[in-house]
Amino acid sequence: MTESIVIAEISKGNIHPTTNELITAAHMLGDSCTVIVPCTDSSIADPVSKISGVSKVIAAKSNVFTNYDAAGWASAIDSISPSGIIITSSSPQSKDLAARLAARRKISVVQDVVSIDGSNLSSPIYSGKAMQTVSISGEAVVSIRQNIFDAAKEGGSADVSVVDTSGDVATAVRELITRASKRLDVSEANIIISGGRGMGSPDNFIHLEKVADTLGAAVGASRAAVDTWDDIPHSMQVGQTGKTVNPNLYIAVGISGAIQHLAGMRSSKYIVAINKDADAPIFQHADYGIVATWEEALPILQSSLSAMM
Amino acid sequence: MISLGLHGSVGVIVTKIAVLVKQVPDTNSKILISGNSVDLSSVKMVMSPYDEFAVENALRHKEAVGGTVTAITVGGQGSEKVLKDAKAIGVDEIIRIDCDSYLDSNALQSILSGIVTQEDFEVVYCGKSAADTGAGSTGPGLAEHMGWGSVSNVIEARFDGNFSVVAPLDDGNAIIEVTLPAVISCDKGNTKVRKPNVKGIMQAKRAQVDVRSADVPDSTVSVVSQSLPPAKPAGKKYEGGQAAAEVARLLRDEANII
Repeated sequence: MTESIVIAEISKGNIHPTTNELITAAHMLGDSCTVIVPCTDSSIADPVSKISGVSKVIAAKSNVFTNYDAAGWASAIDSISPSGIIITSSSPQSKDLAARLAARRKISVVQDVVSIDGSNLSSPIYSGKAMQTVSISGEAVVSIRQNIFDAAKEGGSADVSVVDTSGDVATAVRELITRASKRLDVSEANIIISGGRGMGSPDNFIHLEKVADTLGAAVGASRAAVDTWDDIPHSMQVGQTGKTVNPNLYIAVGISGAIQHLAGMRSSKYIVAINKDADAPIFQHADYGIVATWEEALPILQSSLSAMM
Repeated sequence: MISLGLHGSVGVIVTKIAVLVKQVPDTNSKILISGNSVDLSSVKMVMSPYDEFAVENALRHKEAVGGTVTAITVGGQGSEKVLKDAKAIGVDEIIRIDCDSYLDSNALQSILSGIVTQEDFEVVYCGKSAADTGAGSTGPGLAEHMGWGSVSNVIEARFDGNFSVVAPLDDGNAIIEVTLPAVISCDKGNTKVRKPNVKGIMQAKRAQVDVRSADVPDSTVSVVSQSLPPAKPAGKKYEGGQAAAEVARLLRDEANII
């Protein structure tokens, strides 16, 4: 019997829906599934008990979980977690936690897993230009890519036990700088519309924002755009030296599709490309390609989408 | 606690700073598969992009408090170029830990914690992830092996007064105070990296690599195969901006996204 331990993904003080995907993965790796919910308020753990396939919920309550500190979270979770295969999300914070938890237990970590076949785990390498399958023996920590595994459905009735825990915090937050923009970040969006140097000017990104507002999407950018224009911050960059994203829909506008960029978005479920160059490499990866200038295509896309909402 | 020494008299406190660097295929290169594994024989190898920010922050740390910067890589002889590149940018010492075999995260971090302990480093900088595996486990894992604090995805290191770093947290960024010893994993952010000058490149050519052997622990993870990602079936392609209306319809009716 191998036990799977899922560390629930927490976003803005609540359970992130990818937690349901982690539970599906947990059943592919072990026989029973315990979910640990790091929290300051144990009531957030209640919905987890209603997810199908969860055998036990541990609401790990501690002030340590107020802000993320890698050492603090790892020690507080490790002390109350049973032995087994630990499963986390692959958000930047959770990958960090996964690495620390593994090191704490002197076991290994496999990050960004997209498929599981027995003890064989596959992850993208070279930012998705290739795949690597590894085999694990014994205990390990495994982080799971979002939006790949099916979400476990509702219908469970597991017990929730609230456990007080504590950890050794190593850093202190002096100041929080809330993001000025209220727009979604590309790393948390289900739909992304990105612009490249083909947008001509950073001022023209407002046309991407209009479509983004219609769809509830985030706005991203290619490395070329970020490097060319100071007004386009690196936090918007999608690609090998920016963010790797995996949304349901990725709309690339004025982006040629350099290998650097493809590496960061090629696993998106649906890809739409708008480019005036019919030979742009991005079209080889697009489900729907439109050979046109953005000036022609974007207003029509925006009004058509608006009419459907 | 070891003081960062920002207010101390420089010259009394010598901060030993390490920076971990890794050689990876140029991010613009195409990855080829031969048999069951990646074939890197014709690929240009470079310093992993985030490591450049780690080197920059390590050098700024030294400039703020005094001390030495040592670049460390784990690999075969072919990986020494990345150390020479770091030397050309301005690090003081370069160490290669001789090991060319596959290492899982625990084995690699054990080796690194060995050298960090041996050399008495007080702060370790590294890239937030290497451009080959993309895993990002080494920084936080090494810190845990050492019993140190760590901050990952750091977009800025500040050496004004107390040592602090800026890293994403929840809805924005946080300024985080760090007590040494610690491991700092660096993202790109707005940090501009310095480029090597001619003098640096000449010095790097002559520099001796300090080669160390390491006890390599057993790995519990082994590589089964490497392959190309599954090819995507050809999509639909339209001419002219009018087609955007049809694409919007397909997104609703075929892809079920809207």
